[in-house]
Amino acid sequence: MSPRSLYDPPALLSSDDAQALAKRALSHSTADAARVTIVNGSRGNTRFAVNQISTAGDNTDTVLTVRSEYGKRAASASTNALDDDSLKRVVETSERLAKLAPEDPEAMPELGPQAVSASPGYSASTAALDPAGRAAAVSRVTEPARAAKLVATGYLETDVGSFAVANSKGLFDYSRQTSAAMTTTVRTPDASGSGWAGAAHSDWRRIDPSELGEHAIEKARRSVNAVAVEPGRYTVILEPTAVGNLIQLLAFALNARNADEGRSFFTKPGGGNKIGQKVVDERVSLWSDPMDPDASANTFTAEGLPVHKTVWIEEGVVRNLAYDRFWAEKQNTAPSPLIGSLRMPGGTTTQEEMVASVSRGILVTRFWYIRPVDPRTILYTGLTRDGTFLIEDGKITRAVKNLRFNESPIFMLNNLEGLGPPVRVSASEDGGPGFAIVVPPVMARDFTFTSLSDAV
Amino acid sequence: MAPTRREFLKHTAATAAALGLAASPASTQLAALQPTRSNDSGDPSIKELTQRALDVAKSAGADYADVRVSRNRSQTLLTREHRVQNVVDSETYGFGVRVLAGGAWGFAASRDLTKAEVERVAKQAAAQAKANRSVLIRPVALAPTPAVRDGSWKGPAEIDPFDVAIEDKVGLLLEANDAALKAGAKFVTSAMFFLREEKTLATSDGTYVVQTIYRSQPTMNVTAVSPKFTDFQTRQSNDIAPMGMGYEHVRDAKLVENAPKWAQQAVEKLSAKPVDVGRYDLVLHPSHLWLTIHESIAHPTELDRAMGYEANYAGTSFVSPPEKMLGTFRYGPDFMNIQGDRSQPGSLSACGWDDEGVEPDTFLIIKNGIVNDYQTTREQAPWLSWWYSKQGRETRSHGCSYAQSWADVQFQRMPNVSLLPGDTERSFEEIIAATDKGIAIIGDGSFSIDQQRYNAQFGGQLFYEIKGGKMVGMLKDVAYQMRTPDFWNAMDMIGGHASYQLGGAFNDGKGQPSQANAVSHGCVPARFRQINVINTGRQA
Repeated sequence: MSPRSLYDPPALLSSDDAQALAKRALSHSTADAARVTIVNGSRGNTRFAVNQISTAGDNTDTVLTVRSEYGKRAASASTNALDDDSLKRVVETSERLAKLAPEDPEAMPELGPQAVSASPGYSASTAALDPAGRAAAVSRVTEPARAAKLVATGYLETDVGSFAVANSKGLFDYSRQTSAAMTTTVRTPDASGSGWAGAAHSDWRRIDPSELGEHAIEKARRSVNAVAVEPGRYTVILEPTAVGNLIQLLAFALNARNADEGRSFFTKPGGGNKIGQKVVDERVSLWSDPMDPDASANTFTAEGLPVHKTVWIEEGVVRNLAYDRFWAEKQNTAPSPLIGSLRMPGGTTTQEEMVASVSRGILVTRFWYIRPVDPRTILYTGLTRDGTFLIEDGKITRAVKNLRFNESPIFMLNNLEGLGPPVRVSASEDGGPGFAIVVPPVMARDFTFTSLSDAV
Repeated sequence: MAPTRREFLKHTAATAAALGLAASPASTQLAALQPTRSNDSGDPSIKELTQRALDVAKSAGADYADVRVSRNRSQTLLTREHRVQNVVDSETYGFGVRVLAGGAWGFAASRDLTKAEVERVAKQAAAQAKANRSVLIRPVALAPTPAVRDGSWKGPAEIDPFDVAIEDKVGLLLEANDAALKAGAKFVTSAMFFLREEKTLATSDGTYVVQTIYRSQPTMNVTAVSPKFTDFQTRQSNDIAPMGMGYEHVRDAKLVENAPKWAQQAVEKLSAKPVDVGRYDLVLHPSHLWLTIHESIAHPTELDRAMGYEANYAGTSFVSPPEKMLGTFRYGPDFMNIQGDRSQPGSLSACGWDDEGVEPDTFLIIKNGIVNDYQTTREQAPWLSWWYSKQGRETRSHGCSYAQSWADVQFQRMPNVSLLPGDTERSFEEIIAATDKGIAIIGDGSFSIDQQRYNAQFGGQLFYEIKGGKMVGMLKDVAYQMRTPDFWNAMDMIGGHASYQLGGAFNDGKGQPSQANAVSHGCVPARFRQINVINTGRQA
């Protein structure tokens, strides 16, 4: 092993390191039961604006959280100081708070040892990307943009982390993961055009900065001189990122308890939930699988419970909702936690074929500032951004001004006209890695736009 | 002239009683709140380590460097109905070194505040600045700021939230939940959030300052469900703003006393009349209007946005380019004055010095309806030197540099951005009484705005139909859509000093990686003529 460079951050905690640290913390415990979670890692990021690097940052941290339990009383405390005195103090704090907390009738006992799979989401190439490597990647976007007399702004982030859970009943789960995301917005100097491209993956080698730059440059050029169209219901072709922006909203609404309690789209009128009911077009399925090589996620929860593939929607029918351990036990079913992985399989229609089939419609690159309006219908509002185009008679004819929508992914998936091949997208609002989402481009009719925006 | 404190309190109480609103603690307590300043420079070992970091950064090529050491203690309590969901007490301690070398920035941070790690991180930040120079076009230059040798600032907190027993906090939340359930709520969640940040900043310009910042927020969310599971409605307690105060803010929020009203309002929403779409005169309460100000004025007047630096996430701004806006662009009517500051007592943005050692000033962003200034840091202020010299003002940062923790690099974040009161003393009720056909909106709700801050849509907590100067009944499914300059130019009536209060948020997001900023917005009630209202209710 070569000596560690002076500039390298401390290495990731290994399984043995994490187990030893957890044991040290648990050795101070006097509670009936205790659980330790350890989140350790480094984040590297480089921002660029107006064709040059604006800021960058590298940080490293380890946060240890102790949850102490006395019967049905529990509380947690966390620290990032890992010396023995600090570990003792954080255990004592959690114990003091737990003794003062009232009994929780829904408290679930700590789990015993569990069999968990190693996450497929660790990549040495992501872990190895350093500030100079990030700067080089940035120049593969900024140089072509500058040469094209355009203005590139963007962000590159890599995360390398390990996650461990241990408890006083002998459970110990460990995983390590990486993630990388790069996004860029290229604008014309007169601010009349703007184009975006982005990608995310656990493996940095799967992201091509030059290709992102080319896409964003092309969209920026094509988006100038946007014309106004009347707000209203349009046939839309949503590129995969825009689909990802909306599909994750559906995932957030999958909570079983909210449905059973009468405060969710998934509530069945009269009582109960919609498991077994058809809610969207039969061409739609949706699942989470931590072992998905393009949408990997952690293989266990913060309680140490193993996570397996869960199918939420199958051929338009609700197959499962997200149950925590308490609600699953109460409803006599298995727990099914929501995790940061989503896949919606698609179809074979290419985006070009979709465009060719539309007499009048709108092509959307991505959505922005999406916020809930009405949870009864999973209705959200938000706007198109960085590449919105008019389709006329089977051709993309010109850029249109951005539009605000008030729409639900449920309505959109009921108005389905076509699905393309699924791809991994960067669909988080802030350009960080976010949920690992694989989705197809979607063509849908009657998508509701309610107003025009002058924003470019 | 400002009213006396007694008049202020009397008036606020009357307003609150009329609408079943929680009395804003902002308006009942501000007069007594003041920060503490001294020359106590704190722990000498920290001073030694920060000096070491600055020395190492300098010898590694830094033209300028700063070091921030912070210890953030936070506590979260979450409850629902009769049970405690979570009690979490967290502490994070670490440091970050920022280096400017050859006109490029570098930043590195670590949790391990030891001499060896401080040296490594300082070198790492300097090496990163060198790597970042590879694509440099315009070198960074900083506006000058006077050095503060040993400064100390402590935010106002009558009661340190971390000194209050956990059972008292939990007891208060469960009692409030019980009161809401007895008043007709089907479900209720409640929570408390507290932060105490102890922050030290040392710069290579010779500044060394130590600050303690407090933040407190109690919240409730009450849900009513129709008997046959065909509808549900919620009421959030967001007329109680988060504040830069201690536990006294929670005590004075009177959750137990207010919970029944919130529950009754959630139940009333179930049978409220769906709004007819159309144009209405809107009378917006400060508990609602703060968020509209935040989104449509505070964000677009951040100078980094206007200059394109946030184009990839938060966006740019329609208030751009500055040379075509400053002194020229009409944002709203003559009586519209928007102030930036980090000094309003109890406000979330209040501090002694920003995260690069600048003492923030109070400045007018909009003056008599015209764009007058932007929010700036030391890097950004020189971009407007042409304007400042034309105005006979010095080029200085407004002190808007902020990082959410030791692990993040500081950058431009909004200060408190507030709509100043009008000359005429006028209350929310008086504005309603002067309105023939309209909608009164209380509390913030759904919000969304485009990346240049032109087109926005806002919901709320409570909507009341106004007819002939009176509130005649509750409405639901209301949202208004606006184009920012049209909206603010449609403002024709605002409240006076007695109706001024603070709203705010703990978690305004900006930057990549996204950082949370806590900010307050003071405002008065205001009326906006003929605004487009949509109905957001649809059938599943």
